[in-house]
Amino acid sequence: MEDLVAEVLQGSVRAMARLITLVENEDSRALQIMGAIYPHTGKAYVLGITGSPGTGKSTLTDKITTILREREQTVGVIAVDPSSPFTGGALLGDRIRMQRSSGDAEVFIRSMATRGNLGGLARTTADVVKIMDAFGKDWVIVETVGVGQDEVEIAKTADTTIVVLAPGLGDTIQSMKAGVMEIADLYVVNKADRLGADELLSEINVRVEQDFQIKKTAWQAPVLKTIAVENQGTESLVEAIERHRSFLRESGKLRKNRREKTRQETLALLKDEISRNVLEKVLGNGRFDALIDDIVAHKKDPYTSVQEIVRTIFPEE
Amino acid sequence: MTTKKRIKVIMAKPGLDGHDRGAKLLARVFAEAGMEVVYTGLRQTPEMIVDAALQEDADVVGLSSLSGVHNYFFPRVVELLKEKGLDDVLVVGGGIIPEEDVAGLRKAGVAAIFGPGTRTDDIIKFIEDKISGT
Amino acid sequence: MFDKEKLESVKTKKEEWDCGPVEKVCAKFPERRPTFTTISGEEVERLYTPVDIAGFDYDNKLGFPGEYPFTRGVQPTMYRGRLWTMRQYAGFGTARETNERYRYLLKQGQTGLSVAFDLPTQSGYDSDHPLSMGEVGKVGVAIDSIDDMRVLFDQIPLDKVTTSMTINAPATVLLAMYLALAEEQNLPYNKVGGTVQNDILKEIICRGQYIYPPLPSMRLTVDLIKYCYEHVPTWNTISISGYHIREAGSTAAQEMAFTIANGISYVQACIDAAMDVDSFGPRLSFFYNAFTNVLEEVAKFRAGRRYWAKVMKERFGAKNPRSMMMRYHVQTGGVTLTAQQPLNNIVRVALQTLATAYGGAQSLHTNSFDEALCLPTEEAVTVALRTQQIVAEESGAADSIDPLAGSYYVEAMTDQIEEKIDEYMKKIDSMGGTLKAIEEGYIQREIQDSAYRFQKEIEANERIYVGINKYTMEEPPPTNLLRVDPKQQEIETKKLKKLRAERDQKVWKAALGRLDEVSRTDENVMPAVIEAVKARATVGEICDVWRNIWGEYRPKEFV
Repeated sequence: MEDLVAEVLQGSVRAMARLITLVENEDSRALQIMGAIYPHTGKAYVLGITGSPGTGKSTLTDKITTILREREQTVGVIAVDPSSPFTGGALLGDRIRMQRSSGDAEVFIRSMATRGNLGGLARTTADVVKIMDAFGKDWVIVETVGVGQDEVEIAKTADTTIVVLAPGLGDTIQSMKAGVMEIADLYVVNKADRLGADELLSEINVRVEQDFQIKKTAWQAPVLKTIAVENQGTESLVEAIERHRSFLRESGKLRKNRREKTRQETLALLKDEISRNVLEKVLGNGRFDALIDDIVAHKKDPYTSVQEIVRTIFPEE
Repeated sequence: MTTKKRIKVIMAKPGLDGHDRGAKLLARVFAEAGMEVVYTGLRQTPEMIVDAALQEDADVVGLSSLSGVHNYFFPRVVELLKEKGLDDVLVVGGGIIPEEDVAGLRKAGVAAIFGPGTRTDDIIKFIEDKISGT
Repeated sequence: MFDKEKLESVKTKKEEWDCGPVEKVCAKFPERRPTFTTISGEEVERLYTPVDIAGFDYDNKLGFPGEYPFTRGVQPTMYRGRLWTMRQYAGFGTARETNERYRYLLKQGQTGLSVAFDLPTQSGYDSDHPLSMGEVGKVGVAIDSIDDMRVLFDQIPLDKVTTSMTINAPATVLLAMYLALAEEQNLPYNKVGGTVQNDILKEIICRGQYIYPPLPSMRLTVDLIKYCYEHVPTWNTISISGYHIREAGSTAAQEMAFTIANGISYVQACIDAAMDVDSFGPRLSFFYNAFTNVLEEVAKFRAGRRYWAKVMKERFGAKNPRSMMMRYHVQTGGVTLTAQQPLNNIVRVALQTLATAYGGAQSLHTNSFDEALCLPTEEAVTVALRTQQIVAEESGAADSIDPLAGSYYVEAMTDQIEEKIDEYMKKIDSMGGTLKAIEEGYIQREIQDSAYRFQKEIEANERIYVGINKYTMEEPPPTNLLRVDPKQQEIETKKLKKLRAERDQKVWKAALGRLDEVSRTDENVMPAVIEAVKARATVGEICDVWRNIWGEYRPKEFV
């Protein structure tokens, strides 16, 4: 295991691919792996790209990657697609739209299925970002389907989050949940040669302006037009990303955001660890079932019972 | 709470052949069987296919050819996989492939060739058996 | 058409029959299946009666052969005048080998040539391009330059044959070579006849041999159509193809609907390029599949002819009846062939041929029984051709025009399929046209869903396929298969090297330069392409000029 981590740090693509699988499968060694990976993370800039299906996110990702490569940046891409809730399987079709980048040895593309996790990402996507980061990718781009309150997890992972919209998909800012306004650092109206692009653009502009007036945030999310398939507007998009990055850096927000993310992640890990520990102990013996019998028979109540359980496991000092 | 390991498949069309009915159908059927399927689309060179297998850490590479180029492409994919240290990836093929070519392809490292008329559940079973067996 | 009282009486009697004898028998001996459907899933009734075509209006729905709406056929005498053209798609290996096959087929009584090109040629790559690895001469003949074309038609006078070329993205280039060759044979352009497929939309939908994005691709299509209208009046400028849509898994109705939808796009593009609908309308041709369910296929062809006539007349305001005729070539269904018990395929092809004859096609390619295994052998090709000849000469199917008309079943099924076509057309129009529907993956998904449904039906034994899920048997592996020399690429590469060394560099460079210039304007590219092929520019070099200007198309894939 340590060999695999060492190989990743030395730049083995094969080892990185394997390691990602272990982490993705929530292998028993995953925590140990991530522990070894963590000290080497924090260097990559993480870009999130989200939007409804059919907005052209993958093509946009491909073009952004190409531009970053021209600037001699190395790139890792994580393309997330939903797993079927019925069969657990998944069709991962984004790679196909990233063919220009996929021939480039300095670009690592990994498709991930959500595996039942809500929020637009897999449970382990953030860890996969870290692995690519530790490997030495300058940029990690996470691309996922999602608009709406339930799919804003990407913003917890990314430094800059881009929300992609396209005309003609019934995609209006009104139809999006309020959460989207919270997560977007940049808006892109892709397929801008289509009918309705200008209307969509001005609609978003109005909303962004309103939001800005109310909240008086330091950063006003710019709204850009692109035609990704024709590579139009993509250079300006990368410029806008760079501007946001500089803003985050100079305002100290990058550090602040990352601290908050670390806090959230650590808290989540702690919760996982506690519940795993507690549950192991509680469910390990037959007493829990006996307790349930008592509760059902109304001899005990569940509220007091759980407090008692936790108190026995963590006696107050 | 651990996620079940899922079989990851790369479905690819090597060469210039555009007949992707079978490849797309199988991609869908595999996903319904619970696998995670990366469809790479048309006009794939062996290098592109192996690159995808490497990055995706695929368990299986499925190749489909109807233009008669299997004797060149399939062994080349196996060879490149080996070069990259991906010896354990299961390579299977399908399409219009004469019976008399099958032995040669098997010898070259293609685990199975599924001709026209093969039941999709037979293919799924083959893959599942092979993957769980290793 | 039917007397109202009589209809009522038939209706009553049918109900009595259903509730009486039918129910009685079914109680004892249930029918083989709860419902019966065609291979496309069209529902089939137990019995058709006049009630099923109650509103039948002969003049409006059928008319007479050679007259609007052409349901019964596009010519007044149909096969009583002249049989359909028997045109076998052939081509493999080198131009020399293919030329020999052509001359053999012409001697056997074939009346038209059909050229299959290898995939590098179809995708606009020369034989020595890295992407051509393993593909040279595999599914068709490799043509890199006019030198190869000259060999391909060696000893074949181009005014004595008609030639159909299955070529799409680089259609202008291959047509230019053919025309340049005609010039070499001292033939004016108006003395040569044939067809180029030139149907890029179905390549994008399902066949995969595209090069450029849809818009510049459509420009090439329109340039070719316009040039031929002005200079090669007997050339069929496009063969709008449902064949591959069906092969990709569509139903019969979808095949017809999506082909007509593509046709509408081409007509609109030509009109947008300031052409009069009656100038190019008569040169449009179509290409369809024929499966084994005879009556459904016949209904499909009749429905398609009727629908297209209305589209041209009502939607585009065509005045010339010739513009309203859906003339088409048929190829029997490649995917209907089985690798198991391959001789059974001869029977399938015979039924498909019958369907084609009853359907009123203008030309037909019959598949060889060994095609599910490999490229066809000479024996298999001969049987395939003989199958057509038996249906044409012995069965009587060619002796009376549209003989199935008036069958309650066939007329009801024709209406049923026409309605489906109309539904699709409305849906596609509401999406903003075919290009949009393709871009959104709608058409691709519809086809894939049908393919998926069919596969599931076969695997659940809900549909029987002889030799696949019923009546199977152990059999020895087939022998005697034709192979292409794997050294092909080397041979072609050598030829190319020689060509590039010996051609007049100055003339060649100037011709490509001129092509580049013209392609950046609105001027028709055809004259510049003809000059380029005469200057011995290769297919790959010419296509690269356009790749540089327009870029390459990257499809979205919809699984």
